[in-house]
Amino acid sequence: MKIHEYQAKSVLARFGVPVPRGEVASSPAEAGEIARRLGGDISVVKAQIHAGGRGKGGGVKLARSAEEAESLAKQMIGMTLVTHQTGPEGKKVGRVLIEEGLAIDRELYLSIVIDRAAACPVIIASAAGGMDIEEVAASEPEKILREYIDRGAGIVPFQARKLAFGMGLPGAVANKLAKVLDSLYKAFVETDASMIEINPLIVTKGGDLLALDAKVTFDDNAMYRHPDLRDFRDITEEDPLEVEASKFSLNYIRLDGNIGCMVNGAGLAMATMDIIKLAGGEPANFLDVGGGANAEQIRNAFKILMSDKNVKAVLINIFGGILRCDILAQGVIAAVTELGVPVPIVIRMEGTNVEEGKRMLRESGLNFATADSMGEAADKVVALALGVKA
Amino acid sequence: MAVLLDKNTRLIVQGLTGREGTFHAKAAAAYHTKVVGGVTPGKGGTTHEGWPVFNTVHDAVNETGANATVIFVPPPFAADAIMEATDAGIPLIVCITEGIPTVDMLKVWTFMQGKASRLIGPNCPGVLSAGMGKAGIIPANICREGRVGIVSKSGTLTYEAIHQLSKVGMGQTTCIGIGGDPLIGTSHIDALKLFADDPDTEAVILIGEIGGTAEVEAADYIKAEFSKCGKPVVGFIAGQTAPPGRRMGHAGAIIAGGQGTAAEKMDALAKAGVHVATSPAEMGQKMREALGR
Repeated sequence: MKIHEYQAKSVLARFGVPVPRGEVASSPAEAGEIARRLGGDISVVKAQIHAGGRGKGGGVKLARSAEEAESLAKQMIGMTLVTHQTGPEGKKVGRVLIEEGLAIDRELYLSIVIDRAAACPVIIASAAGGMDIEEVAASEPEKILREYIDRGAGIVPFQARKLAFGMGLPGAVANKLAKVLDSLYKAFVETDASMIEINPLIVTKGGDLLALDAKVTFDDNAMYRHPDLRDFRDITEEDPLEVEASKFSLNYIRLDGNIGCMVNGAGLAMATMDIIKLAGGEPANFLDVGGGANAEQIRNAFKILMSDKNVKAVLINIFGGILRCDILAQGVIAAVTELGVPVPIVIRMEGTNVEEGKRMLRESGLNFATADSMGEAADKVVALALGVKA
Repeated sequence: MAVLLDKNTRLIVQGLTGREGTFHAKAAAAYHTKVVGGVTPGKGGTTHEGWPVFNTVHDAVNETGANATVIFVPPPFAADAIMEATDAGIPLIVCITEGIPTVDMLKVWTFMQGKASRLIGPNCPGVLSAGMGKAGIIPANICREGRVGIVSKSGTLTYEAIHQLSKVGMGQTTCIGIGGDPLIGTSHIDALKLFADDPDTEAVILIGEIGGTAEVEAADYIKAEFSKCGKPVVGFIAGQTAPPGRRMGHAGAIIAGGQGTAAEKMDALAKAGVHVATSPAEMGQKMREALGR
């Protein structure tokens, strides 16, 4: 689960990571007031969306007065911000974060994630903060420092020293970094985060460390034990169809193509997208109905699938294990009869009770195309999608 | 012969009295598996569908001589269940549960270090040895005895591979679903090692997904070690068309930081001499070619 910068900073602050003073505003007047309260010569107005690259897209600006903060907020709230991470359609800005301006001496990079191969959390740090870390990793890999954390020992002070001196920080700042790392690790474990990224972590002219930007992602699987964090979810940031699908425990991700897919199992769903592409088509979505899907799930899945107006044909690819083919056929027939699906449907099913399922489809009187293999199914659905388009 | 699970396997089911546990215990028993009991805390001393139920895994092991367990308990309790089975010394632990928090799996990982148990999964379809038995949810009716081993991150894609093998007249030794989570107990490499030493397995299908680097590491291992056993490997990686930054169903299936793409994994496997299927429909055919039939 992704959250906004202002929410991420509130979480980090709770665990003792220093963050700039600031507050979030959903109206220009509020923004002006916050800037006035913060005082100082400069404040920063930052658009709150779930995507990086905001600065280049015009979503981060400096204000030299409370009036300017208010007028900048007026420009930003309601605007559609396009960055390299939002896609061309951009994201609508609902709130802005107003923060104090700070005298920056250096910009560092700091993050913590799980390293799969080592099966432990790893802290990644770099003196080249403020930049896209993937670019740094590609062009100057020696500038990326890593410390693996032992679950029993936690972060040991020498690790903080290695990172601090590795980034060329003076001794006094190194001590402050040790504290930041402790807080960061505690936040990571106690909130079930899957990633915390502070980029940049700044060193001020006065030698203080502050998280100038922060990105936190939580482990979806652990949200059941964090009701307070669950409230951070902002569904206006998510695709409405994906939100709808999640209500029915359907795993749906919208894509750009025109062939709707309904598959059981994540791996087979990905493989189905792949084979559509190999056949010359473009998948409209990833959709895993799960292993224990019933007729009702199939109906809900159809509804979601057909709400995407780009869909010109549908491919259903089910390998019946636990989910029996006759149950699938029953669900598909009921859904198509009820919803009146206006596009061609290709069904490929295999596995438990497949003969019975096929018989039900044949005798339904509905116009399904069937296929005996994934390859044949993909060829058929791509041809049908093209035919409808022409 | 087979790997992991054979005629000497004595299986218990943790979460036996639940709906899933009951259903799959019966299915396993119907497929030659010696199911010897189950564990449901608080229901010890009762019987369920004719099987004795125990309060703890220790009790179950002491009373039944179980040497394998399959776990069907909800995500908040699954890590606990794995560690209990480890503490009871069960050599083979298969965890089907999907949705275990990563932090819990870190605990499990640390707990299992230096202990004798092997974990398969979590979030996996389990293990099936053709004609001998199964621990998990792989549908037995599609399997047949043969000489191909399968190791896969994905459940239904495993079934697809089994089906394609059947179509070209081949069967399986053991099918191992290792799961699609970021932290799993048994890797592709671990499974390959087992197949290398199994005289009845003459070839392997390896199925991977986007996300992480496990398949690239498997490719390195195949090149350096596995190739010595002379058994051909057919590989497929799902998610060639997946967009970066989006989690494709499985918690582990996400292209992040430019790493974990299907292209880099397929490339690494091909360079290690694996017969890589570009299309998921080609796995069976590729295996036939690899074995020169």
